[in-house]
Amino acid sequence: MLDILMIEDEPNIAEAVRFILSREGWQVALHGDGLGGIEAIRGAKPRLVILDVMLPHRSGTEILAELRGDHDPSLAATPVLMLTARGQAGLEMPQADAVLAKPFANNDLRAMVRRMLV
Amino acid sequence: MPFEALVAGCLAYVALMFGVAFAADRAASRGKAGWLDHPAVYTLSLSVYCSAWTFYGAVGYASRSGLEFATIYLGPTIVFTGAWWVLRRLVRVARMHHVTSIADLVSARFGKSNRLAALVTLIAVIAATPYVALQLQSVSLSFEVFATDSLADIPMGGSGGTALWVAAGLALFTIVFGTRNLAADERHHGVVTAIALEALVKLLAFLALGIFVVWGLADGPGDMLDRIEETASSPGHDGWILKPDRWTALIIVSGAAIIALPRMFQVLVVEAADEDRLAVAGWAFPAYLFAMSLFVLPIAVMGRQLLPPDANPDLYVLTLPAHAGQNWLAFLVFLGGFSAATSMVVVCTIALSTMISNHWLTPLWLMLRRKPQSGDPEDLRGFVLNARRLAILAVMAVGWVYYRASGGAATLASMGLVAFTGMAQVLPAMIGGLLWRGANRHGAYAGVGTGFLLWLALIFLPSVGIGSPPALPPGVDPLAFAIFLSLTLNTLAFIAMSIFGMPDPVERLQGLSFVSAVDPVRHSRVARGSDQAEPLLVMARRVWGAEDALRFFQSEAAFQGKSGYLPDLTPRFLTRLERRLAGSIGAATAHAMIDSVAGGSELTVSDLMQVATEARRAKEETQRLENARAELARTARQLQEANDKLTALSVQKDAFLGQISHELRTPMTSVRAFSEILRTPDLSPADRDRFAGIIYDESGRLTRLLDDLLDLSVLESGQAQLSVTPANLHDLIERALSAASATRPERVFRVEREPLSEYVGVITDADRLLQVLINVISNARKYCDAEPPVLTIRVRRTLRGGAQIDIIDNGSGIETARQALIFEKFARLNDPARAGGAGLGLAICKEIMANLGGEITYLPGQGGAAFRIVLPRRPPVPVNAGLRQA
Repeated sequence: MLDILMIEDEPNIAEAVRFILSREGWQVALHGDGLGGIEAIRGAKPRLVILDVMLPHRSGTEILAELRGDHDPSLAATPVLMLTARGQAGLEMPQADAVLAKPFANNDLRAMVRRMLV
Repeated sequence: MPFEALVAGCLAYVALMFGVAFAADRAASRGKAGWLDHPAVYTLSLSVYCSAWTFYGAVGYASRSGLEFATIYLGPTIVFTGAWWVLRRLVRVARMHHVTSIADLVSARFGKSNRLAALVTLIAVIAATPYVALQLQSVSLSFEVFATDSLADIPMGGSGGTALWVAAGLALFTIVFGTRNLAADERHHGVVTAIALEALVKLLAFLALGIFVVWGLADGPGDMLDRIEETASSPGHDGWILKPDRWTALIIVSGAAIIALPRMFQVLVVEAADEDRLAVAGWAFPAYLFAMSLFVLPIAVMGRQLLPPDANPDLYVLTLPAHAGQNWLAFLVFLGGFSAATSMVVVCTIALSTMISNHWLTPLWLMLRRKPQSGDPEDLRGFVLNARRLAILAVMAVGWVYYRASGGAATLASMGLVAFTGMAQVLPAMIGGLLWRGANRHGAYAGVGTGFLLWLALIFLPSVGIGSPPALPPGVDPLAFAIFLSLTLNTLAFIAMSIFGMPDPVERLQGLSFVSAVDPVRHSRVARGSDQAEPLLVMARRVWGAEDALRFFQSEAAFQGKSGYLPDLTPRFLTRLERRLAGSIGAATAHAMIDSVAGGSELTVSDLMQVATEARRAKEETQRLENARAELARTARQLQEANDKLTALSVQKDAFLGQISHELRTPMTSVRAFSEILRTPDLSPADRDRFAGIIYDESGRLTRLLDDLLDLSVLESGQAQLSVTPANLHDLIERALSAASATRPERVFRVEREPLSEYVGVITDADRLLQVLINVISNARKYCDAEPPVLTIRVRRTLRGGAQIDIIDNGSGIETARQALIFEKFARLNDPARAGGAGLGLAICKEIMANLGGEITYLPGQGGAAFRIVLPRRPPVPVNAGLRQA
């Protein structure tokens, strides 16, 4: 089972996150666009979703809402970590399990993901 | 026709009049006065002008003096058609001041002087009493015509018994319908409706007789004209010669009479609901007069030709049909004459009784009552009503006595003229007061007094056989002379004394109100009087009765926001109270009463100055407050607008900052994450190199973003320094293409150009224009999704010496919905990963083109993405260029 699915349109950030989390032993998959994001989640059924807020075509908040409304209860309950470049103003997201503001310290990312997966 | 039948017919007719008056009064009191207020009723009521003198006397007049009778119709016609605006002004001012009679009007205008009102009342009584007697005589005479079958031996005096009965009946009618109440506006619907009906009877009777005479006795109009010609040219008709002096004088006095006669003032002004009904009356009343005068001459001529020479010409209208055996026509004519006489007497008596009670009896009573009489229940209301009733009886009685005493010797027409000339003496003061602010009480006294004395000496006293007019040179007509002399001296005295005399303060205010026809200014009597409204309420109760007075006071108190029934004595309240009272008891009396109760005394000039100052100050203050209010409203509006703008700007700024934040944080995130990763000890050298490269790229992206932001802010603020030089578009396009080809992605583009057309010289900032070209071309390279990509560049010279550059690719272009957004900041389209920029490029292009005085637009429908860059021949000179150079 896939540990983490990350939806992030900035390739450099995606690469950094994948590098950091892979070294912790988790399996990380990547989807690079808002379009098709929810299908990717449904297909992979990951234990954790890392979701960027500002995505082309379909925003992270929209994908999150769609996920929470999914008819499969276990999928709808998938833990979601949101990444936002909006600063402190973007941290209010009741439907997300955790929110991390960009730029972040790599240790914060690791700790947050560990807490959500373990 | 038997005498009994005549009497029965008469009584039936009188009963009808009572019925009509009663019904109209009832309808009015129930508020169903709609048709009663119709202008036709008003117009018909004006025909009270056509009294028995007109009905019987005009024919007699025509028989004696030919066409001269027409003057009494011409005067009013001229006034109604030529001076209608004076009438409108008169009615408006009179309604505004609740004027109850002509005496009241004159007194209200000239300082509310009751002595002046009393003088006018005196003239009216002296002038009108013989006139009333004349009506009684005419009724009495017409009875005799029917009572005696012989035409020749009708006694001139008639029977005193008939006249007495008629007088008593009319007094009863007048008291019943003329003093029903003490209504504030003093209108009498019942009486007016009855006399309007009588006006119809008059007209019908006279027209019927005229038609009978022209087509029944003569052989139609042609024959009639021959007969008139024959009579006019027969010997012994010197009186038929037209005399210009007499004509002028008679037209003047009859024109004056239509306004100044007490009965005319009553129907024309007091009974008028508003001035608008004069619009109808202005043509309808002259038409009525014309109809009444149409057959006068034919009847007179036929009378002279068919009746015995000793028949009374004043009774031709009756004796002609009787002589021809037309008894029913004769009866109709009799009813017409009866109508004329009775309507005149009723209205005249009402008008006179109002004047007598308001200007003689009530002031006298008030003067006597001023001495304190505690415990004596004063009922002014009852007193005023009784005073009117008494006055009606007195006028009627004096008229009857006069008729008996004079023995009916005077011809009807001469008695009418006496009244006309008498009331005409009031006219200069009245009209002057209406049109001339400088007119004052001294002038009014002098004018009315002079006219009155001259009239007494030259016209009235000779007419009753006392004294004789002064000997005049032959050729001068005594009546015309008396009229001209009295009116001229009257007017001169009025003007002279008005100029030399000082008006008192109340007069000045009233003059202003009358001449400008605006609501009068109220003086500050409140300053002095007692601060209690109670005495005023007690007084008002006496005038209107307890209920009405209490209602008025309560509504006034409520208006001031007070409970109960005692309002503060504000100037407004006092003014309204006085005007309401004036409607019942006359302006002068009301003024005196309020003064006596509220404790104020005569107003001095300094008071007036103070009032004027206060009024002006209040007006200025109001104006100032109004200005301040408008200013505040304006400021508030501006603030609101500024706030809206700021809010909008703030929303834009927040969005912009959010965007910047996002655009800055994104590369920063990579930089930070990878710089931490670089510290991990066991990185492969390849990873280390790659990660360092990413950091380098992302920091470059940050720098570009900051450069763009700075650039945009400079361009947007209009502070961008342009270095304007001549440039060739071909060179610029070459440079742009080569610069853009260095940017990623490295694709091979086919570029289609028209090199010859590119050699266009413009004056512009070449570096800035190059920036725009590079941006647009790089965008095409980044976003064009066609294979193979083709870029088309076309240059055209514009009409005004500028140029336009179209840059078109063969890709899928930009969706219509987003075309409007592409020049906005951070409007990234398609895949931002491929753009590499922050989405500020086109926003910067737009600002640059604006700075260069041109524009960049998206060209829809070109197949791919297409941009048009338009350049002027040279950039506009900035507004602050001179400043900067200095």
